[in-house]
Amino acid sequence: MRSKKFSLFISMLLLLSLLLGACAQAAEPEAVEPGEAAPAGEELEEIVIGVYEPMTGAQAAGGELTMQGVYLAHAQVPEVLGVPIRLVLVDNRSDKAESATAMTRLIEQEGAIAVIGSYGSSNSMAGGEVAERAGIPVMGCSPTNPLVTSDKQFYFRACFIDPFQGRVMAKYAIEDLGVERVAIIQDVAQDYAVGLAAFFQAAWIELTGSDEGIVAFTSYQTGDQDFTAQLAAAMAENPDAIYAPGYFGDAALLARQARELGFEGYIMGGDAWEAPELIEIGGEAAEGLIFSTHYHPDAALSPTSAQFVADFEAEYGERPSAFAALGYDAYMLVIDAIERAGSFDPALIRDAMAATEAYPAVTGNITMDANGDAVKDAVILTVEDGEFVYLTTVSP
Amino acid sequence: MTLSLFFQHLANGISLGSLYALIAIGYTMVYGILRLINFAHGDIVMLAAYIAFYGAAIFMLPWWVSFLLAIVLTALIGIVIERSAYKPLREVPRIQLFTSAVAVSFLLENLGIVVFGGRPKAFARPAFMDITIRIGGANVVSYTFVIIGVSLILFAALLYVVKYTRVGVAMRALSKDIETTALMGVNTDRIISIAFAIGSGLAAVGGILQAIKFPQINPLMGVMPGLKAFIAAVLGGIGNITGAMLGGFLLGVAEILIVAFFPNLAGYRDAFSFGILILLLLFKPTGIMGEVEPEKV
Repeated sequence: MRSKKFSLFISMLLLLSLLLGACAQAAEPEAVEPGEAAPAGEELEEIVIGVYEPMTGAQAAGGELTMQGVYLAHAQVPEVLGVPIRLVLVDNRSDKAESATAMTRLIEQEGAIAVIGSYGSSNSMAGGEVAERAGIPVMGCSPTNPLVTSDKQFYFRACFIDPFQGRVMAKYAIEDLGVERVAIIQDVAQDYAVGLAAFFQAAWIELTGSDEGIVAFTSYQTGDQDFTAQLAAAMAENPDAIYAPGYFGDAALLARQARELGFEGYIMGGDAWEAPELIEIGGEAAEGLIFSTHYHPDAALSPTSAQFVADFEAEYGERPSAFAALGYDAYMLVIDAIERAGSFDPALIRDAMAATEAYPAVTGNITMDANGDAVKDAVILTVEDGEFVYLTTVSP
Repeated sequence: MTLSLFFQHLANGISLGSLYALIAIGYTMVYGILRLINFAHGDIVMLAAYIAFYGAAIFMLPWWVSFLLAIVLTALIGIVIERSAYKPLREVPRIQLFTSAVAVSFLLENLGIVVFGGRPKAFARPAFMDITIRIGGANVVSYTFVIIGVSLILFAALLYVVKYTRVGVAMRALSKDIETTALMGVNTDRIISIAFAIGSGLAAVGGILQAIKFPQINPLMGVMPGLKAFIAAVLGGIGNITGAMLGGFLLGVAEILIVAFFPNLAGYRDAFSFGILILLLLFKPTGIMGEVEPEKV
């Protein structure tokens, strides 16, 4: 009996210390006001730039590709205003709830003065709410849904947005591929995919004058493995092309099953298709897939691209993906903003980010518009002999 | 809807349903004997797919060797899980056994992420399973026949084992009353291990067939099929092997047909399956083939 009471006492004590610890940690960032610390820059040992990316889960490949670029940029520019930068990566597990947690941890526990991320619009929207309340500026690398930055003072991005991307693909399908009947199959669980499907549809209606060409519009859920029902129903309408704006893993299975069911038309998608998995899992069905994305080494969208490709190949022994390029750009944009702000005050960094103008990034010159979105070219790629091959560049 | 399109949907549904059925049998066997919903079952499916993948991709084994190896190893893993996580808890209230099953499930998933990596891997399909055949206006890939054939053969074999062998008799006796069966001189631990081995082995076959049908494997690939198989087991009447088969096929076909007839509701496909589960539990918890049994005191 005595020992039971004693253990109860000990556990209460542990609980109490845990609570105290948590309070102390939460209070830490406030104790060191970044704004006040800024003038005495030399005294700072390091500053923290946080990164939240999906390193596990359905979008892990996108997170890993992005991090290649972020790490390369950090290796090239390891300090800013004379203070070393500590890069802290938190995995958001391709999950909305985890993204909010990851952002909270970066800001409250790690004391990040700026954050980079995330691959996946849904992840970014969840993290953005937290950053907005805390007043920490975020540079998105590849979230393309317009809602990521709209109504947000502290969220910016290095990429174009989906109204543009949807239009690019609709225009290419109609004018270059001669598609007259298209079936849309969207991932209904992803803001990115739902948005892109809607923007593609809107652009299609605008370009052809009616929605008659859209012969089927159906959905699946992230992680679904069986698309045969949707495909068979869509194919009954005899489409020339299928537009399936989802993520690479699901898209690879979808393409495979479409070919198995005997579909011979074009299969098209968006930037989230760009990952080695699309080709590995898609196998032969990946051949001839067409999608829009941000960058390709052969597209040479900017003067800095060649140097980046050379550095990247020296570091990783392979050619960079669009996401690696955007990760690199996002990091460099944060550094650029801190340098122009001349301070580590998140509010000043935010203002500098908003004022970014004609920054010579790898993926093209970046000027932030009123929403904090970069206005840039898109490239269209296809898969040929197991490689992503550059087809054309489309300007806004 | 044309007839050929309907056949296409039916073929798709049956091939999906056989997967659910194979996994559902493992749930039902364990439940029948231990009254335990083994929530780690779906993750055993995942382990089997990875073992088969590594056997073929890293150790360059012929596909049938690596598949057999995966089935045997997974059956052994099933026994180890039972011995380490469930057996010590046999005497305590069942809720703790259930909690332990959930813990094993999370352990396997996260171990999978650490060991195998979070990125999905491409599973190589043996060439003879990759031929598209056109039957009456429907395109069917040859693996569909393999999946359905293998499932039916295994069901028949399992029914034979349970009905006509000494082990099968012992299993059925165990499911009625463990203590009395032990008093009759049956080595209950051994029988329970065999039940777990068979259940896990079938889950392994299900995992490999799933990887063949959907050639993308990841550490969380067993979660959804595991839950769906659980619904199938409840639908058929949990504890009843024939019911689990039936439930699996029914659920697979129903899932496909709901999307086929209502393409606008395609995004609610999982909600539909779980809706079936809720309705079943509310109105007919014993499922199609299950029998009402008096609560043991």
